[in-house]
Amino acid sequence: MIVEIGHFALVLALVLAVAQATLPLIGAQRGIRPWMALAKPAAIGQFCFLALSFAALVHAFVVSDFSVAVVYMHSHSATPLIYKIAAAWGQHEGSLLLWVVILAFFGALVAIFGDNLPPRLKARTLSVQAMIGVAFILFTLFTSNPFARLSPAPFEGEELNPLLQDPGLAFHPPMLYIGYVGFSMAFSFAVAALIEGKVDAAWARWVRPWTLLSWTCLTGGIALGARWAYYELGWGGWWFWDPVENASFMPWLMGTALLHSAIVVEKRDALKAWTLLLSILTFGFSLLGTFLVRSGVITSVHAFAQDPARGVFILGILVLALGGALALFAWRAPTLKAGGMFAPVSRESALMLNNLLIGTLTFTVLLGTLLPLLFDVMDSGDVSVGPPYYKWTFIPISLPLIALAAIGPLLGWKRGNIRQAMRSLWGAGALAAAGFVIALWIDWGREMLAGFGIALGLWLLIGTLVEWAERVRLFRAPPLESWRRIRHLPRAAYGMSLAHAGLAIAIIGITASSAWKMEEIRQMRPGESMTIGSFSYRLESVSGVRGPNYIAEQAHFAVSKDGVPYTDLYPERRQYMVQPMPTTEAAIESHIFGDLYAVIGEGDGKGAWTVRIYEEPLVPWIWTGSILMVLGGIVSISDRRYRVGAPNRQPAALPAKA
Amino acid sequence: MSNVATLFLARAVVAVLLLALVSASLPGMIAPAQAVSADEQLSDPALEVRARNLMREVRCVVCQAQSIGESDAGIAVDLRHLIRAQVAAGASDDQIRQFLVDRYGDFILFKPPFKAETAVLWIGPFVVLLTGFGLLVWFFRRRRTIAAPAALDPEETRRVARALDDSGIADLERGSST
Amino acid sequence: MRRLIFLVPLLVVVLLAVLFWRGLDPARNPASLNSALIGKSVPAFALAGLTPGAPGLTAADLKGQVTVLNFFASWCAPCRAEHPLLMELARDPNLRVVGITYKDEPAKSAAFLAELGDPFAAIGADETGRVGIDFGLTGVPETYVIDRDGIIRYRLAQPLDSARLEQEIRPLLADLAS
Repeated sequence: MIVEIGHFALVLALVLAVAQATLPLIGAQRGIRPWMALAKPAAIGQFCFLALSFAALVHAFVVSDFSVAVVYMHSHSATPLIYKIAAAWGQHEGSLLLWVVILAFFGALVAIFGDNLPPRLKARTLSVQAMIGVAFILFTLFTSNPFARLSPAPFEGEELNPLLQDPGLAFHPPMLYIGYVGFSMAFSFAVAALIEGKVDAAWARWVRPWTLLSWTCLTGGIALGARWAYYELGWGGWWFWDPVENASFMPWLMGTALLHSAIVVEKRDALKAWTLLLSILTFGFSLLGTFLVRSGVITSVHAFAQDPARGVFILGILVLALGGALALFAWRAPTLKAGGMFAPVSRESALMLNNLLIGTLTFTVLLGTLLPLLFDVMDSGDVSVGPPYYKWTFIPISLPLIALAAIGPLLGWKRGNIRQAMRSLWGAGALAAAGFVIALWIDWGREMLAGFGIALGLWLLIGTLVEWAERVRLFRAPPLESWRRIRHLPRAAYGMSLAHAGLAIAIIGITASSAWKMEEIRQMRPGESMTIGSFSYRLESVSGVRGPNYIAEQAHFAVSKDGVPYTDLYPERRQYMVQPMPTTEAAIESHIFGDLYAVIGEGDGKGAWTVRIYEEPLVPWIWTGSILMVLGGIVSISDRRYRVGAPNRQPAALPAKA
Repeated sequence: MSNVATLFLARAVVAVLLLALVSASLPGMIAPAQAVSADEQLSDPALEVRARNLMREVRCVVCQAQSIGESDAGIAVDLRHLIRAQVAAGASDDQIRQFLVDRYGDFILFKPPFKAETAVLWIGPFVVLLTGFGLLVWFFRRRRTIAAPAALDPEETRRVARALDDSGIADLERGSST
Repeated sequence: MRRLIFLVPLLVVVLLAVLFWRGLDPARNPASLNSALIGKSVPAFALAGLTPGAPGLTAADLKGQVTVLNFFASWCAPCRAEHPLLMELARDPNLRVVGITYKDEPAKSAAFLAELGDPFAAIGADETGRVGIDFGLTGVPETYVIDRDGIIRYRLAQPLDSARLEQEIRPLLADLAS
């Protein structure tokens, strides 16, 4: 019964979405206020029905109602509760419903907190948002109904893929979706602005918190996914340039570009057409990712079940949404008034360069992801595009971007002084040079790129601190004055500093772990030891342990450093009872400068086990950096100027002096 | 039997087949480490490093995004042994790559060879970057002919600081009544 | 001119849509891999048979007549599923069906054939999987079509199914036989 209610709620949400997609838009065009006002209750109602629908699905999973097809296929009565819940979005149908729920969630947020928006803009934005909603609810109902029943109902279910039974991965999809579905808000705002033909600083200010929220969640979601791959796949790797990873990375890159260009619109009323384009493309990349993951057009470890009918449907949505928006863009954007002037050396130019570099990086990832498909379709044979490609394209292009990230914030708006900026950065430069030399010395002749990575990471880290110090006039002004400035610096500024510092730390971690990872693979018997780096691992014992729905072999390693006991590691090799797939649970011990990482493999039946030990330098820095970036996003969202509901329509920045 | 049940049955059959396929013939198609066999390492550390580097470049053809250095699919283990054997026998890296490409095609290398068809891959990103940079320069040139922005006079500087909230001091002066 | 630049993004999306549309062609299987050996001679090999003294299989055996070569193993479930189709193919007098067992104990392969029937005119046992690598094998089962001159004309890197058998393999065999 509850399942039917869920299904029915989904249909009702569709009806509301159709109303929301049409009436307010017409109302805004013809100036019919009551029609425009419909958008708010419709958006809230649509979200409520979708939430109800999703709750019904979660309920079916929680009570293990195996008469529901997706529950039967992805859950089991012995699965722990948290994974029963996570299974609700651990498959195509349920995750698509979650997708739609989040889409409506953002619509409802704008409806509730957007009272300060001009009524027309709000009506149009919500209508556009609802159009996307209509398309995806139809998609759910017609190709991927999560509420389909089985008759007769099986007594017991299959199980959620054991790989997905992991706390990190349970929350990875919702965060990821909040991220890339949330970019729909920027898209809807952009399309609404194109319909109105007006973009100004206030527009940028309204779009920014939603973009920031999405970006923050996407950053967290990607980091969670990478962390999951790191400890669950058991090879010590955390990023594989897999098509599905790329599918979430491209919207992240574009969203990052959008965050930066929107600042220029907000502060200087310039780059308007470009920012609109970015708003459209960022969500476009989200749609592209959805298409790649769910259509089966590209094979990947993470892809959902493949069904060409679904692929055609999403491709249709993609073409309509993106094609429509870009056609509108081609028609209306040229008429936008050019905004404030600025010199080639200025904060604005630095942000433009940032956008150019990030745009190129996105293109690089897109090319690498789609080229195998292109070759296949053109019958030119099969190719693989893997890490070496990204190493020789993505990384060199990202180096100037990182260098720029330290300089840009030190440049003034309108006209900057590059000499002065560089003078402030001499300390950062010196440290970076030292880092370069040390990195090359550690790794002589093998990896020049590692030197650049470490150097630029340090450069950005110190540069960010310097920029903050300059702003608060640390040691230049009396301490009390600095303290006053520290307290009153806008939160957005702190957000930027945190995010840039986080990026710097992550880059140092990424560089070190890619260049200096060590591995040792060996067969070991209990009592034997092996040494890797400065640590010695002694295999004490291997014993059987039992989990709620799996059995496992658990190894005990006593790790010592210079003969002194350091820690104990307990990696597991699990065998889930329903799905016959063994999984590894790596044992990881983190310290400031890296991870000890141990994996136990298959036994040979004669008392020896295959053991893999990795020394992973600076990997914790990647996670720390990601957390700082997420914090930066949160702090920035909390800035008073963006706080939703605050009166916002201020006189736009300095009028251009033309 | 209802439509849904028929559909489900069909799906279940496919799923079982897939599962059989995965578990029986392609043991490494799903990513995690399994069926680990201890690889015999080469006694010469320099050769072992070369072999390991090669393994990172070679795709495990049945596991999508993993190299043979990080997969326990049967084929990956076999290729690891083969690469070690060839390295030990004195084959050059290029000879070993060619050996693999002759059998598995370019697909097996994570780094596509540079040739006419793949030129777009290796040059494309840099062409886009340079084009973009050219457009940027063009943008500024055009602007300069329209209007050269004057440097800020002191009064303007003050207004910029205030309007942009840049130092936060502007906020302070205005109090919190934004 | 300026207006045209604004059309570029739309144009790119249209091109991408065409690419994706063609990528969704149901006849295309993104998981299948084209063999690098199509159009080339079978690699040299000489394998022993399943029992001591049995004739075995060599590369030379694959010349002179149109041949269907099937890699299989007793541990592989999909091989079991496709077996009836091989039995059916073997009834065709215009071709020869031969088999190579992949990483399987000969006794077990023999038991497998005793149970399901033996469609193979000749069988070689590739116990180490080395010959498999020379064929660019990705897993079992795999099926190859080889023409009279010993040139590989077709490879199916997945279990046989009747649709592919009728639409791809039979027409090719008829073509090669004429």
